[in-house]
Amino acid sequence: VHASPWLAAACFHVIPSVSSIVPESCLLIVVGLLVGGLIKGVGEKPPILKSDIFFLFLLPPIILDAGYFLPLRPFTENLGTILIFAVVGTLWNAFFLGGLMYAVCQLGGPGLNHIGLLANLLFGSIISAVDPVAVLAVFEEIHINELLHILVFGESLLNDAVTVVLYHLFEEFASFEQVTILDIILGFLSFFVVSLGGVLVGVIYGVIAAFTSRFTSHIRVIEPLFVFLYSYMAYLSAELFHLSGIMALIAAGVVMRPYVEANISHKSHTTIKYFLKMWSSVSETLIFIFLGVSTVAGHHYWNWTFVISTLFFCLIARVLGVLVLTWFINKFRIVKLTPKDQFIIAYGGLRGAIAFSLGYLLDYKHFGMRDMFLTAIITVIFFTVFVQGMTIRPLVDLLAVKKKQETKRSINEEIHTQFLDHLLTGIEDICGHYGHHHWKDKLNRFNKKYVKKCLIAGERSKEPQLIAFYHKMEMKQAIELVESGGIGKIPSAVSTVSIQNINPQTLPLERVLPALSKDKEEEIRKILRTNLQKTRQRLRSYNRHTLVADPYEEAWNQMLLRRQKARQLEQKMNNYLTVPAHKVDSPTMSRARIGSDPLAYEPKEDSENLPIITIDPASPQSPESVDLMSEEPKGCSGLPPSPEEDEEGLVMRVKEPSSPGTDDVFTPGNGDSPSNQRMLRCLSDPGPRPEPEEGEPFIPKGQ
Amino acid sequence: MGSAHSVPAEMRELADRTGFTSEQIEHLHRRFKQLSQDQLTIRKENFDSIPDLEFNPIRGKIVHAFFDKRNLRQESDGLAEEINFEDFLTIMSYFRPIEMNMDEEQLDRFRKEKLKFLFHMYDSDHDGKITLQEYRNVVEELLSGNPHLEKESARSIADGAMMEAASICVGQMGPDQVYEGITFEDFLKMWQGIDIETKMHVRFLNVDTIAHCY
Repeated sequence: VHASPWLAAACFHVIPSVSSIVPESCLLIVVGLLVGGLIKGVGEKPPILKSDIFFLFLLPPIILDAGYFLPLRPFTENLGTILIFAVVGTLWNAFFLGGLMYAVCQLGGPGLNHIGLLANLLFGSIISAVDPVAVLAVFEEIHINELLHILVFGESLLNDAVTVVLYHLFEEFASFEQVTILDIILGFLSFFVVSLGGVLVGVIYGVIAAFTSRFTSHIRVIEPLFVFLYSYMAYLSAELFHLSGIMALIAAGVVMRPYVEANISHKSHTTIKYFLKMWSSVSETLIFIFLGVSTVAGHHYWNWTFVISTLFFCLIARVLGVLVLTWFINKFRIVKLTPKDQFIIAYGGLRGAIAFSLGYLLDYKHFGMRDMFLTAIITVIFFTVFVQGMTIRPLVDLLAVKKKQETKRSINEEIHTQFLDHLLTGIEDICGHYGHHHWKDKLNRFNKKYVKKCLIAGERSKEPQLIAFYHKMEMKQAIELVESGGIGKIPSAVSTVSIQNINPQTLPLERVLPALSKDKEEEIRKILRTNLQKTRQRLRSYNRHTLVADPYEEAWNQMLLRRQKARQLEQKMNNYLTVPAHKVDSPTMSRARIGSDPLAYEPKEDSENLPIITIDPASPQSPESVDLMSEEPKGCSGLPPSPEEDEEGLVMRVKEPSSPGTDDVFTPGNGDSPSNQRMLRCLSDPGPRPEPEEGEPFIPKGQ
Repeated sequence: MGSAHSVPAEMRELADRTGFTSEQIEHLHRRFKQLSQDQLTIRKENFDSIPDLEFNPIRGKIVHAFFDKRNLRQESDGLAEEINFEDFLTIMSYFRPIEMNMDEEQLDRFRKEKLKFLFHMYDSDHDGKITLQEYRNVVEELLSGNPHLEKESARSIADGAMMEAASICVGQMGPDQVYEGITFEDFLKMWQGIDIETKMHVRFLNVDTIAHCY
């Protein structure tokens, strides 16, 4: 029972045809239903998704993952639109639905008559909020364009404040004798307290986390811990005071990210990224499974009128809300929302587990019809997730909605973007118009002058954004290059353009190296060096075939192959400015050569002095590089098996000894084949290992 | 269009030519008078009176763009000494936001105009292509806000960017070929992925613009 969800998820990804029709969330719910049914059939009572567990443990990882990796630029550009959808849209939904359901209840006969207006309004507020978990689960798979994604997703995040306020408000009012105008006004004000208070709590914790990360240079191992810890504390603190926990979490993630990333090491950054993805993945799976189980386990009270009219009015409310709001918003937007966009926004309003948990929290004393509410909520959730979730992909294709463009961020783009920003700010100043760019520029300047100095350690606080970006790209390219081993597809478009093509006067040796800070350069060198040295130490086991073949000839073939690879590698390395592709052996290269050459002969003197780099193309590391920039895990493509692999017989690979600080977790074991490397979420490289003693070959000569 | 009092004929003509509404033109005219200190023309020195412009790293290029004859749609080349209100409006019209009722062709022309403006800003010697030196100059200016930075960094960023541009525009190059500089067509190629028409705009006033025809 415990392993079945993940087995199901794993099977799901292996069967491609299923995943193209059915979104993962649906399948997980079905699995939950099956599991729940199974448990019930056995006679046990299946567990229900308790609200505590949901709100305290299952929801935060997903929100933190979303908040930490939130694409900030599109979010802030569309913030007005998002806020209007989140606040006004949710309010409209809640009241419209609540009011109409009240009318239905009054007309619905004896079974429904007793349900008061407040109860209906409460029900409306629970069911009206768009759910971030469901939206993430479905939208992630359809790869829709960035604008729509951020609109729907942003809305689902920011409407939490509204939901929290309305829920608590109506719940309290239900126990009042009378509701006065004062109560309503206070309720209205509490909205601002909840949302702004939540954001404030998040910002405070974010700043503390950033400040802490400034001093962690000696304890790199626990850097990720601070990020998780402070974010979770932000969430808990906010929830404690009945502020919006989700907004606190988002605010914390957004605020801390630029400073933390400037301070922490490359390994920590990778750790944070993958832990967040892992936790949010697990949470999501559990949430949907539990939804399925709870459906089977819960007490239901099915009332046709209530449920059907809920469903119907939910859809109508959403469509009307989106239409009216878009008409209003388009007056102020430069990039107007087309009807196609509006349709997707309306259709993407999925409900999910938050609604269920909120409904579950209602107590029987005040809300005797809780079971009916829960049934209706579950029905709506099922409908949105199954019907809307499954059909949104074909609809997106049918309507030819713009998909996400996989653009690689390039240095050119960065230069142009910055140039444009400054240009537009300048024009605004000349116009005398204090617009969007003006304030953004002011914020940037404030950030650079005061905040960065406090929160970023050392000299990186003065690093301008362009340089930081450039370093990031260089690092990424260096890693990509080495991991791909010279053979196999290098993701970045490396052409044969070199410095001579653009500036004929420069001699190749007169390479201008940008002034990297010393430790940055050291980091890049370390990565390259240790990856170059990381060879599969082949201890040939006893095998008649290898003994019979002429060892010298085989070695010769290997050397030729290796030289060819090295030549390709050399040429590609020529394009990178900071990695000196010296013809003369640098200490780096010669160490690599000695350390990695398992064959027991010296390279000949006249062999062009090419660095003989043994990079095993069939290394068990994932062939696709760690993409530091993009937030989504890319799928991996397997490397073709190297020709050498076939030649050898049994090859025993010695596992290198681990040492403190190395993550052995990611080291794959023996018997890895390139086909195992097709993983959807790639493991990163384990990072540089401590160097073996210098000058000593791994295999002593003469063996 | 809706205003009761008669709009002076030249105002209307300006509106037609540049695509602004009368309110926007009035607003800009007020600003122009402020900048020029009630003179009829503006010179380069007048731009120094704008305090916020000081912090802008590329202010030199921005001010230069106002006097660049290529942007003023004049046949000749070179720099103008002073510009009048009409020229001022012409430059401002490059930053108009996109209108919903534009068709494909108008959109394309719109886009090309904006990109041409940008291109002229990069190409300081007016020879029609952005050479390595000019690109280096651009990056240096962008980084000019950081006095402790060495020139080397700016140069190598520009070099890297230029190589990338070359590989996008020309693709594979043999070791003997030399890439002269980024021409306007190459520039268009580089900007293909970015929606310049939605990004390069300034909100003048929250008023609907009249549909305008060239």
